[in-house]
Amino acid sequence: MASLRKNKFLILRRVSQLAILVLFFGGNYFGWKVLTGNYSSAKILDRIVLSDPYAVLQMLAGGYWAAADLLIGALIVLLFYAIIGGRFFCAWVCPVNLVSDFTAWSKRKLNIKNNKRIVLSRNVRYYLLALGLIISAVIGVAAFEMVSPVTILSRSIIFGVGGGWLFITALFLFDWAVARNGWCGYLCPLGAFYALNGKYGLLKVYHDKDNCTLCNECFSVCPEVQVLSRVGKKDGYIKSGECTLCARCIDVCEDNALNFAMNYIKNNHNKR
Amino acid sequence: MASRRKVIENLFKSGAFMGFGGLLWGSAAGNAAETELALRPPGAFENDRDFVQACIKCGQCVEVCPYDTLKLATPGDGKAVGTPYFKPREIPCYMCTDIPCTRNCPSGALDLKRLQAKGSQPSIDTAKMGMAIIDPKACIAFWGIQCDVCYRACPLLDKALIIERKRNERTQKHAYLLPVVNGDHCTGCGVCEHVCVVEEAAISVLPVKIATGKAGGHYIKGWDKADEKRMELKEPATTDEEDIESGLNYLNEDNELY
Repeated sequence: MASLRKNKFLILRRVSQLAILVLFFGGNYFGWKVLTGNYSSAKILDRIVLSDPYAVLQMLAGGYWAAADLLIGALIVLLFYAIIGGRFFCAWVCPVNLVSDFTAWSKRKLNIKNNKRIVLSRNVRYYLLALGLIISAVIGVAAFEMVSPVTILSRSIIFGVGGGWLFITALFLFDWAVARNGWCGYLCPLGAFYALNGKYGLLKVYHDKDNCTLCNECFSVCPEVQVLSRVGKKDGYIKSGECTLCARCIDVCEDNALNFAMNYIKNNHNKR
Repeated sequence: MASRRKVIENLFKSGAFMGFGGLLWGSAAGNAAETELALRPPGAFENDRDFVQACIKCGQCVEVCPYDTLKLATPGDGKAVGTPYFKPREIPCYMCTDIPCTRNCPSGALDLKRLQAKGSQPSIDTAKMGMAIIDPKACIAFWGIQCDVCYRACPLLDKALIIERKRNERTQKHAYLLPVVNGDHCTGCGVCEHVCVVEEAAISVLPVKIATGKAGGHYIKGWDKADEKRMELKEPATTDEEDIESGLNYLNEDNELY
């Protein structure tokens, strides 16, 4: 039971990721109507259309004025994640997270450090985010959707078509060779999109400095360590939109120094 | 504060990175979107590039297809990755009257509007997924053997596919029963290709753009009253192509040709 409690958010996250995959899969193979389509665009209960706002943005950049369904679907998703905040999609929904978490876990277990010869900036993803829109505008086709591991991986699981293994392997090797969470944390333009979108969201991790014993456990598990800059130094919210809200830091923290809190609301007793 | 030199240098570096990444990514994505030979679900854009642009690759048309006709393209298929297509020789389109694939498309890449004549209900019979063409060398009906399998399987029998009779000079007493495709009616469903009895289908469906030609505006059917009306120019032609009058008279004038 103790280990269950210690991994509460990790387990919840896996349940969430897998449940979404299973529902999509069942939607295709068994005709379930709970969730059909895939991560690019989906329908809930055959009614509410959801769509990937970055994909729709690329389509618009490419010069295609998408159907109203798609635009509304993108807006719903956009607002949902903007309100929740952070990169909630990345940690709780995206199937690639399963791969990158596994890679990060295996590197941690084998104590393999990041490659010092290939140093990437975490800002590369913002360049790629912009580049995706520019290329879409130039070639007239949603550019990231043509190469996105997120959609290719999910399609191969949901529709049982090939190509997925290739991408899983490529991602795995890249994360191994270059950096922990190399794809998700440095390159993925979709993650960058959600980082910007969720910057002012409600759900944030709150750090209580007085409880912190500087054990550094949170740093060793965090996929976006730069967001933990205040840990051990200053009370307050982990403000960065780059935080995926994976809550792994909360799980591993033995000192109750990190917890979920509602942004803006807790401010009044914020000891600064 | 960074020096001006540093700032400019970084600017150039970022620009170079964007350029490098952009060229690499752009050419990869551009190539991936280049797919002339894919047969698309009914109600798709006429131009395949437009279809690829509009498709969000959610696969919902594939999910609702009751015959598992539609597949999603994967890397290496040579069709824009994630877009739906079908291979009639494996599973053709059986032309569901309720057109669930088109109906389920959220993006407008498939649209019922493209399946209806003005003022009437959408009908799968107006679909233009492709067009069947026949290879007379491989079609045994052209050898004089009686085979009308494709003709009988065609969902628009005697409209999209008709049988033409021709005397068989070799036997002097039989007729060839030749299948002929009528492009005005063929929906490209591919049932004919699916049922064709020879080793590799002698009748196969190609994208409309590839299967069809275009005579161009300067040919006028003199025996067709409606077509001949095009010669009565009401206002001066604005482009060379429309300049039919001068085209008609240039041989009778003394002007030099060039």
